[in-house]
This record gives sequence, structure tokens and C-alpha cells, in this order.
Amino acid sequence: MQIEFEMTDDILIVNLDGELDHHFSTVIREEIDKTIDTFHSKHLIFNFEKVDFMDSSGIGVIMGRYNKISQLKGRLLITGCSEYIDRILEMAGIYTIATRMKSVADSIECIKHDMIEKGAKSENE
Amino acid sequence: MNNNNEKDYIQNQMKLEFSSRSENEGFARVAVAAFIAPLDPTVEELTEIKTAVSEAVSNAIIHAYRENESGMVTVECVIERDRRVVVTVIDNGVGIENVELAREPLYTSKPDDERSGMGFTVMDSFMDKLEVESTPGIGTRVKMIKNLDLAYGF
Repeated sequence: MQIEFEMTDDILIVNLDGELDHHFSTVIREEIDKTIDTFHSKHLIFNFEKVDFMDSSGIGVIMGRYNKISQLKGRLLITGCSEYIDRILEMAGIYTIATRMKSVADSIECIKHDMIEKGAKSENE
Repeated sequence: MNNNNEKDYIQNQMKLEFSSRSENEGFARVAVAAFIAPLDPTVEELTEIKTAVSEAVSNAIIHAYRENESGMVTVECVIERDRRVVVTVIDNGVGIENVELAREPLYTSKPDDERSGMGFTVMDSFMDKLEVESTPGIGTRVKMIKNLDLAYGF
């Protein structure tokens, strides 16, 4: 499994590539946490486009990262899942804590839109 | 046991034994997938079986052997008549005190370790039948059965 990060403002995009199982999940969660801490990321986008295998270990990775960023009041978005990965995530109720998006671009748009709205609100208050 | 009768309809079988090291999870699911490939399963069936194998083997490594790499995990795969695939994952680890509880969705014995508690639920929903036999202190035997759809073009 390969992992690649992209940053835009306080959004961290996690591009996963390969097979996400228990073996790789240990390294993956450490890498993500380290990167969140280093770059003070608030929001997280998981891109599963290049993940061709995932078992329930992936659920643990997502839930753990949700716990981390929800403390920072950040949002968790998921994109690029195959039908079968979606099934596993749905089984565990992941979409009650994360938002399913069509693309990385849509995800960024969604977070930024939310921020502008919140910003406008606090200005009015 | 009715072993003699069972042998009558076994078409092909294999048995793998490997160390309880997490890098072998990939090996186990790929080996099972390669073994059943001659049946020409659909991509979906293959993915479901691979995922179920991965869950069972991960359970053996994480829970049965508590990530101690000196244990041995056995994976058996039997192809029976009518495209019936039987995969059995066996360990000699700590065993499960309460199998019924362990099979509940979201139940985990290790809540602090970011375990989802979905392993048995995934096996259950991706395979047609799941049987779990466990004796504390002796080990666990997870038997999973999947009936493949009829192949096209034969």
C-alpha cells in the first residue's frame, strides 16, 4: 500500500493506493496522524480511487482519524470508493460520521463552501 | 464423522500453513483466490471470498495469537460439487469465550486499538454460511461456505 498526501489550506487529502488490510493499516494510521499534526490539518479527505482491496481494518483507520479530527471540529469526507468498498463502509455506518463525495475536487469545494458560510455567519453575529 | 462420504464429492482441495505474521494476510487471500480461479468466479465473488479470508486470518493473528508471530495459521480450501467453495481458517490460539457476542456487529474485545468489530459481520455477509467453533485455550476454527453462481459459456 502506498500513501500520498496533498495539502490545501487546512485540508489534508489522503490518496491511498493498493491493498488496505490489517498489515498496512498500522503504518497508514501512523503516517496520517503524523501528517495531520505536522501540518495542523483540520479537515480530511480520504481518496479510495486506487484502493483495489480493503477489509474491515479500513473501517478502523477511518473511525480513528474521525475521532482525531472531530476534536478539532474538522470534517471527514470520503471519495473514490468502489461499490464493494462502499458496502463495507455502509455496513459499519461510516457514512453517519463521514460524507460520501463524487471527487476530490467536489470534496474541497464542499469544505470551502462550508467555511465561507460559517465565516459569513460569524461576521453577521 | 462422515469423512468417507465427504471425500466422495471433494473435487479439489488445498491446505496452507503459515506464521501468524500480518504480511501473510495478503498471501493467504491471494492463494485462496488463485486456487479457486479455475472455477472462473465473477470479480465480485472473488473479492468477497478474498475479503472474508482476510478477516478470518487477521482475527487469528490479532486476537488468537495476540500479534505474537510464533503461532501458526492454517487455511484449508475445498472445492466441492456444484461450485461450492469451503474455506476453513484454523488457529491454536487463545480461543473465544463467547462466540455469539464476538459475532455481533461492532463488538470488539479491543476497543482501544481502533478495531472496528466488523470482521465476523463482513464474513457473514460476504459468504453464504459461517460457522465458528472455538474452545478457550485450544483455538478457533472458522468455516465459511460460498456457492458460486453458474459459469457462463459452459
